[in-house]
Amino acid sequence: MRGDARSMRVLAPRTPAEASRALAADPRALALAGGTDVMVSWNMGLLNGRTVVDLSRLPWRRVRETKAGLELGALCTHADLRRHPDVRARFPLLAEACATVGAAQIQNRGTLGGNLANASPAGDTFPPLAAYEAIVRCVGPTGRREVPLAAFFTGVKRTLLAPGELIESVLLPAPPRPWTRSLFRKVGTRAAQAISKTVFAGLLRVEKGAVADVRLAFGSLAPTVRRLKAAEEFLRGRRLDAEAAARAADLLGLDVSPIDDVRSTREYRLAASRGLLIRFLKGD
Amino acid sequence: MIKLRVNGKPRMFRGAPFKRLLDVLREDFRLTGAKEGCGEGECGACTVLLDGEPVNACLIPVCQAAGRRVETVEALGTPEKLSKLQASFLERGGAQCGICTPGMLVAARAHLASGGRPDDASVREALAGNLCRCTGYQHIVESVLAAAKGAKKPAKAKRPRA
Ligand SMILES: Cc1cc2nc3c(=O)[nH]c(=O)nc-3n(C[C@H](O)[C@H](O)[C@H](O)COP(=O)(O)OP(=O)(O)OC[C@H]3O[C@@H](n4cnc5c(N)ncnc54)[C@H](O)[C@@H]3O)c2cc1C
Repeated sequence: MRGDARSMRVLAPRTPAEASRALAADPRALALAGGTDVMVSWNMGLLNGRTVVDLSRLPWRRVRETKAGLELGALCTHADLRRHPDVRARFPLLAEACATVGAAQIQNRGTLGGNLANASPAGDTFPPLAAYEAIVRCVGPTGRREVPLAAFFTGVKRTLLAPGELIESVLLPAPPRPWTRSLFRKVGTRAAQAISKTVFAGLLRVEKGAVADVRLAFGSLAPTVRRLKAAEEFLRGRRLDAEAAARAADLLGLDVSPIDDVRSTREYRLAASRGLLIRFLKGD
Repeated sequence: MIKLRVNGKPRMFRGAPFKRLLDVLREDFRLTGAKEGCGEGECGACTVLLDGEPVNACLIPVCQAAGRRVETVEALGTPEKLSKLQASFLERGGAQCGICTPGMLVAARAHLASGGRPDDASVREALAGNLCRCTGYQHIVESVLAAAKGAKKPAKAKRPRA
């Protein structure tokens, strides 16, 4: 079975309201951004007969400064974000994550909104977004709402988005003070075009010799991206030495639950993640 | 009706708007340089430039190319007049079976044309979305580097990496 172009209906709304209405009116209608997830399914013949609502005319491909921080339009591509000067300077872990999504061809098409809505457990932008405590701005038939990233994903390939609701942008709140150190690391089978076995983002601020703030997030280790709440709590206020790092890493299992699958094993994922965590905390 | 520019010429397409750009190029415009490999965006054999950026033509419905510039490998040169990049692939064994070659050429061309660095690591990153099952990549990377440097003679053969 293959995609049958003649079976498809395509709508190209010019306003978000039109797009939401079209999607809400037909439960089998499907939003299309860069198509790097949708078209793979379509090529396999899984989406024949559907109505496609092409979002690419909506004015959502921009990055702007707001009072609260940086707002990234949902149609920004991974290529846009990896080279955007403000994203690179202020939210470098996100720029680094975007640079590891697929390869150039995918980064030139795949969008931030599509990555989020697709809600893969391995979405590479999610650990940085979780660490930066991003807010997802949604717009739908009943209006706008802002959802913290931690609440946005409800399971594997599942989100809070209601029928007809779209991601308009992602807000990255400006941190109160600069971080002492930060790290993004993705572990895949090869450097490019590989889905993560584990993917990590960490932010740390040390003040007066003790941990003032720490945010640790992993992807690919649970149905959705996870912050390591237990390890973060253990570390806050503590002096960071090798022992504290190791003890924090021992708490990993309280917040994640990796599985064996085609890409890796539970055991490998835990061991590699533990290594990443200790390396980040020790700062070497 | 969908209007787009293909290899510098205005073109029109009157069929189904969800037909893939790859199929429109190959079947309707008879530009068969871009190949279908995997149909999943993994292999890069269908790479073309959309407004100058490399993309997988198997993942783009033609309606999303409306009003935009598309360039295929056919725009690089002709058999009589090869581009420097094409000539370099030929001289240095950058092509073997040839299936990946159009995509490699287009991705390499985009890298160099956009001011990408002509060093080993940058070229490898730029070509990371293009799979080759014959060459082991070494000769492809060397071909791109040599074209970037405008070198006339093949560089001294390096031992391939393990
Ligand atoms: C070869 C290959 C390699 C890949 N590698 C990676 C990788 O390394 N890491 C990674 O994280 N992902 C990877 N992906 C997955 C994909 O590229 C990303 O998830 C990408 O960000 C999806 O964005 P898109 O715009 O292409 O989404 P689309 O395919 O257009 O849409 C994806 C889903 O999101 C919905 N959607 C899109 N935009 C919105 C919106 N604004 N509001 C609400 N719903 C919306 C669509 O209806 C659809 O359900 C890869 C894909 C391929 C084909």
